[in-house]
Amino acid sequence: MSHILVAENVSKKFGEHTALSNFSLEIPENCIYGLLGPNGAGKTTLIRIINQITYPDSGQILFEGCPLAPEHIATIGYLPEERGLYKSMKVGEQVLYLAQLKGLSKTEAKKRLKYWFERLEIGDWWNKKIQELSKGMAQKIQFIITVLHEPKLLIFDEPFSGFDPINANKIKDEILELKKRGTSIIFSTHRMESVEELCDYITLLHQSEKVLDGKLSDIKKAYKNNIFRVGLNVKNDGEKIIQQFKTKFKISDDTYDNVEMQLDFTLQLPNTDTTAVLNQLTLNGTINHFEEVIPTANDIFIQTVKTKDK
Amino acid sequence: MNKLKLIIKREYLAKVRNKSFVIMTFLSPILMVGMIVLIAFLTKVNDSEKRIITVLNESDYFSNSFNQTESISYIDLRNVTFDEAKDSTLSMGNYGLLYIPKKDGLEATANNAFLYTKESPVSTILERVETIFQNRLRQGRLQELGVSAKDFADIEGDFEMKTSTFDGQQNIKGINEIKAVIGGGFGYLIMMFIIIYGGFVMRSVIEEKTSRIIEVIISSVKPFQLMLGKIIGTSLAGITQFAIWIFSASLLLFVAMLLLDIDLNALNANPMMEQNAMVNMAVIPESSDNEMQKYAEELFKIPWILLLSSFVLYFILGYLIYSSIYAAIGAAVDNETDTQQFIFPIILPLMLAIYVGFFSVFSNPHGPIAVGFSLFPLTSPIVMLMRLPGGIGEGGVPLWQFLTSIVLLITTFLGIVWLAAKIYRIGILMYGKKPTYRELFKWLKY
Repeated sequence: MSHILVAENVSKKFGEHTALSNFSLEIPENCIYGLLGPNGAGKTTLIRIINQITYPDSGQILFEGCPLAPEHIATIGYLPEERGLYKSMKVGEQVLYLAQLKGLSKTEAKKRLKYWFERLEIGDWWNKKIQELSKGMAQKIQFIITVLHEPKLLIFDEPFSGFDPINANKIKDEILELKKRGTSIIFSTHRMESVEELCDYITLLHQSEKVLDGKLSDIKKAYKNNIFRVGLNVKNDGEKIIQQFKTKFKISDDTYDNVEMQLDFTLQLPNTDTTAVLNQLTLNGTINHFEEVIPTANDIFIQTVKTKDK
Repeated sequence: MNKLKLIIKREYLAKVRNKSFVIMTFLSPILMVGMIVLIAFLTKVNDSEKRIITVLNESDYFSNSFNQTESISYIDLRNVTFDEAKDSTLSMGNYGLLYIPKKDGLEATANNAFLYTKESPVSTILERVETIFQNRLRQGRLQELGVSAKDFADIEGDFEMKTSTFDGQQNIKGINEIKAVIGGGFGYLIMMFIIIYGGFVMRSVIEEKTSRIIEVIISSVKPFQLMLGKIIGTSLAGITQFAIWIFSASLLLFVAMLLLDIDLNALNANPMMEQNAMVNMAVIPESSDNEMQKYAEELFKIPWILLLSSFVLYFILGYLIYSSIYAAIGAAVDNETDTQQFIFPIILPLMLAIYVGFFSVFSNPHGPIAVGFSLFPLTSPIVMLMRLPGGIGEGGVPLWQFLTSIVLLITTFLGIVWLAAKIYRIGILMYGKKPTYRELFKWLKY
């Protein structure tokens, strides 16, 4: 598998403060890569290094196998978290200016803008000033500016902030569409539900170091603790049955509905072997559901950061 | 390079399209010319007011002394009492009453003369009257000594020391001052330009920070490119503005002069000079055209090409040094109110250059202070320009000083721009903190 971006032992200090310490990372091509971590973990520093806004003290970044160089700027699109536009400049001029700074020709930029303006249902904004637009509209313009030069690598830092749910969804669809067309995407956010929805891979940074990385599905597998959610339609007194189970297994969150004869509980097993417990369950009634609980990205995030803090 | 051009273009257009900039550009010449016209007009009105003084002369002296001038006329009263004279002065609404009683001898008469006015008299009138008395007294005293007025004029004749440099060049009095004023004019222009457009650069950087566009831009261009583009774009806008000002102001002034028939020379000719000229008229035979020609020759001798090309050089280097400091300040702060503590140290050398420059270069263009300030890079663009009208080499600025100042200026320029770019690079991404000098120093090491 080829990588769009590889970071090798990157370190960066600001005076006494270490922003990144010996950080390595491999981002495969054509995927959405989540960059997670608490505030101040070093995400922004890493992103700025990739954008060549700052430079690492040691280590190097490879872009498609070559050391990062100024010509790569045109192949990277960056939507920073702290973003804005010239307030008193007209939308059209502004977008053209920024597109030209990324190396697009004026005519090409105009053509693509037309496409994007239609796609994101941006109407007659060309001659409006940014200060006349709503925040959501301005954010759409920002998004277009980021993707207009069709970069190979897109970096989104909190892309959904400032959008209402409908437009946030629209942007999410656009991001997925961009991935479909072959773009690699780095996605930095604190909204774990969007990580869950979008990311193929994640890296978790904490206090300037990488604490976790890999395929999201693999990480989830690794983080599951043989916990199952069980629903059982019992034949006899449910209270008794649950007491009986509690002596043998680790049970929590149990509820019993004595009208429907429905028993629900969470069960933790010492290993992956479920035969014994399934046998026990079938003896006592009909199983409605038996489902392994997969940890959410949120759970993993909080759990990892907390253990590191200890 | 292409990106730099784009940035320059944007900064230039953003500046010249700015409403307040446009208004300032077209309003300032109107205001300026309006002011000049108004002052000229008021001066004219002021001058045209003629004051009448009633003279009650009981003595035999001073009978032919009171001649009409443009601003004062005299009415002689005869065979009336003092009270009658006073009443008629008041009833006619005259400015005052000059009472010269009959006494023995000129001195006693003069000493007992009185000028009565409604309010305390304006200085021009008082001086005029005093001069008349002085002249009359002098005349009387000379007569007593048996010296004729012509002899006296011959005796008193002014003396002027002729000066020359060792290589035989004749000097003209005051030419150094005139030269310094010409150079100072250029220096002043540089200072004004730096303060106005340096401030523009700073505000433009702050705007990019507060609108949060900065990170979007510097993911496309190098911070240094952005800074440079901003400085150049703003200064081009500034030059445009200056050009419009100079052109339209001179046009307006010309039109105003034609329409209102205002002689600009009237501005300079104040009543004092008018009087002195009259008093001296008897003594100095004629103001020599020869002298004027010498001044013209000397002004012609000012190395204009050298002066103008050095102006361009010092202007560019000086402006770049200062405006990159302004850019760094803009990058370091979040809003304009935080800039005060940093701006004062920039204005200080500029002010120092103007004032120290004017005082020391005026009195001695080659004195140690003048030399020192014309070498020190933060003041040299202004002070050196004040010295340069004297030329380079013999009688002017020694070549080594000129070269040293330029070398120092270029070195400082490179150093300052390098430091400013570092502060700028870090500063534009720092939000929410009011930085201290210590922090800025730390940024230099990042």
